[in-house]
Amino acid sequence: MTTRIRNGRIIDPANDRDEIGDLLIVDGKIADGIAREADEEIDASGLIVAPGLIDIHVHLREPGFGWKETIESGARAAAAGGFTTIVCMPNTSPVADSPSTIAWIKQRAAQVASVNVLPSGAISRNIAGEELAPIAALAQSGAVAVTDDGKCIQNHELMRRAVEYARMVGIPVLDHCQDYHLVGDGVVNEGRWSTSLGLPGWPCAGEEMIVMRNILLAELCDHDIHCQHVSCAGSVRLMREARARGVKITGEVCPHHIALTDDAVRNFDTNAKMNPPLRSQQDRDALIEGIADGTLTILASDHAPHATFEKEVEFDRAPFGIVGLETELGLFLDLLVHKPRAIDLPRVIEMFTVEPAKLLKLNSGALSAGAPADVTLIDPDLEWTVQPERFHSASRNTPFSGWQLKGRAVRTIVSGRTVWQLER
Amino acid sequence: MNWTRKDLVGLHELSADEINFVLQTADAFKEVGTREIKKVPALRGKTLVNLFIEPSTRTRISFELAALRLSADVVNVTAAASSLTKGETLLDTARNIEALHADILVLRHNSAGAAHFLAPRLRTSIVNAGDGAHEHPTQGLLDLYTIREKKGRIDGLHVAIIGDIRFSRVARSNIFALTKLGARVTLVGPSTLVPREFEQLGVTVSHTIDDVLPSVDVVNLLRIQHERQRKEYFPGLGEYIRLFGLTKRRAELLKPDCLIMHPGPINRGVEIDSAVADGPQSVILDQVTNGLAVRMAVLYLCGGVPR
Repeated sequence: MTTRIRNGRIIDPANDRDEIGDLLIVDGKIADGIAREADEEIDASGLIVAPGLIDIHVHLREPGFGWKETIESGARAAAAGGFTTIVCMPNTSPVADSPSTIAWIKQRAAQVASVNVLPSGAISRNIAGEELAPIAALAQSGAVAVTDDGKCIQNHELMRRAVEYARMVGIPVLDHCQDYHLVGDGVVNEGRWSTSLGLPGWPCAGEEMIVMRNILLAELCDHDIHCQHVSCAGSVRLMREARARGVKITGEVCPHHIALTDDAVRNFDTNAKMNPPLRSQQDRDALIEGIADGTLTILASDHAPHATFEKEVEFDRAPFGIVGLETELGLFLDLLVHKPRAIDLPRVIEMFTVEPAKLLKLNSGALSAGAPADVTLIDPDLEWTVQPERFHSASRNTPFSGWQLKGRAVRTIVSGRTVWQLER
Repeated sequence: MNWTRKDLVGLHELSADEINFVLQTADAFKEVGTREIKKVPALRGKTLVNLFIEPSTRTRISFELAALRLSADVVNVTAAASSLTKGETLLDTARNIEALHADILVLRHNSAGAAHFLAPRLRTSIVNAGDGAHEHPTQGLLDLYTIREKKGRIDGLHVAIIGDIRFSRVARSNIFALTKLGARVTLVGPSTLVPREFEQLGVTVSHTIDDVLPSVDVVNLLRIQHERQRKEYFPGLGEYIRLFGLTKRRAELLKPDCLIMHPGPINRGVEIDSAVADGPQSVILDQVTNGLAVRMAVLYLCGGVPR
């Protein structure tokens, strides 16, 4: 089976390639040359031909919470967002803290998922922050990273040992940065709106304290710690300084933290409730600056599906999080490339491909000959409206309903096979 | 003006005109309270449900009496006696009450925003009787009513709100309404309970009570709420009294015509000396009486909006 993607703008940052041309896929792999007759021709005129995008922060909710999302529905949402590879978080039920749960997720994904699903394992047993999970066994069974996402290990000694151990195993540690004492029962950014609405505040210091801790431990252990969903100006400042010294600290940004500020909670909209919370304009600007200067290297969704009935409750009782896979690329293109021009299109693609592949040591994120043909076709100028009722995800919890965005994926190809394309 | 709101969820969203309109409407109902026959037929045939998820005595009684004097039928539901203890959501509980053709639901809840959450989802009128640390709009209105009654105006007055501001819904409703009507507001209390963020709401923050007392026209004292607090907010009641208690001696700093207010319940000897609470400047019991008139006005206005 041979497929030729014709006349697209091929952007392949790993191979330093940005040119109009054809991409040839033979038997599910990227092939050299253009001369052969193809079984399938895809016209990519006016489109970007990119390595399949990777989202390293996704909650698929299976096992245990199938009413919110399943591996199957989450993978369909990923495909519809232009992602060919997603990393799912371990806060399922049971928690992915044992090889059998990792194996189950991989097996289930092989049966039902239209994109590559890479599980992450827990750092601590039952993500309780008290004793180490079997990190080596998790890695051997297929976990590409460990994280207690949603929770944060408060005991710095335990975190230190986890990072040392993960270094031996060769996988990075991803961390949800939250100091429990400083954050307390905080549900919205501490500031004007928490004060006015009488809601418990979640101060930036609660994130920055743990980012600082992670910098010190990454340095002490000489190993990769990746700060998930960075939301505060101070975190960016700390990481910028540490990275300049060569510390192995990285950070990711979620679209909602640059698309919205904490005034989105003014009407107690639970679709504006996430953890970490929406921050101030100043924090938002600092994140964009951190993306522009290379301090923050990875873009991710923190796709966190919840059923409508779970979000239709009093604000402080609602679960944290929003769905993100199907709005993520459009928001980032709109907010980073089209409007403020913080970075260019090739850098966006690099942050979705080369950078996460580097952190997780994946053999993907590039259009190199012989690599699995994971390809995303993007129309960077297509204007569209976010319609939650048309999401492929099982959940609809988004604050972006009705938003007009510019740019989106139009076709997603996994191992040479089209798994999704935009209906026109 | 024409009142068009089916709900009263907070004072933040009301205009100055709307606040004044409620106060004017309350004037008429205050007069009703002085009659031999205290009942009017304004809400005859209407049903009011008091849904109190958080304990309250004075506010619930005040709403109940207000509804009874308007000739409405009243049902009281407390958290312990509701299906919320069986895992039913607030929205489902409220929809069940609506399905019984209740016209007005008075909600007291420990979550900020609970009334805002219900109001757009129901045809029934929602009247907020206190939502967490957010708002207590009828308390704010009765405080304004009392100030206006005693001082003849709100505009240009200087009001000090003293105590636990951080956790106080009474403080927030007062801040929103007083600033809208042209009063100057100073918040006084320990830095842990009166954080600087409040200045973004258009008020002044002070941690030195003696500097503030001589210039104010009204002091509104808030109860130190033991049940909401963690011990790290201040070292103890002794230190609180030393720094912020309205002692007899401090009360001498006040202008002779300064009003002393308190939403109750009072902790005598903590935020206010017993003698000061009972002294000539105290209007604490007038607040309670006015609360009835104000709540009658609110129920009458919201209950009268066609749905």
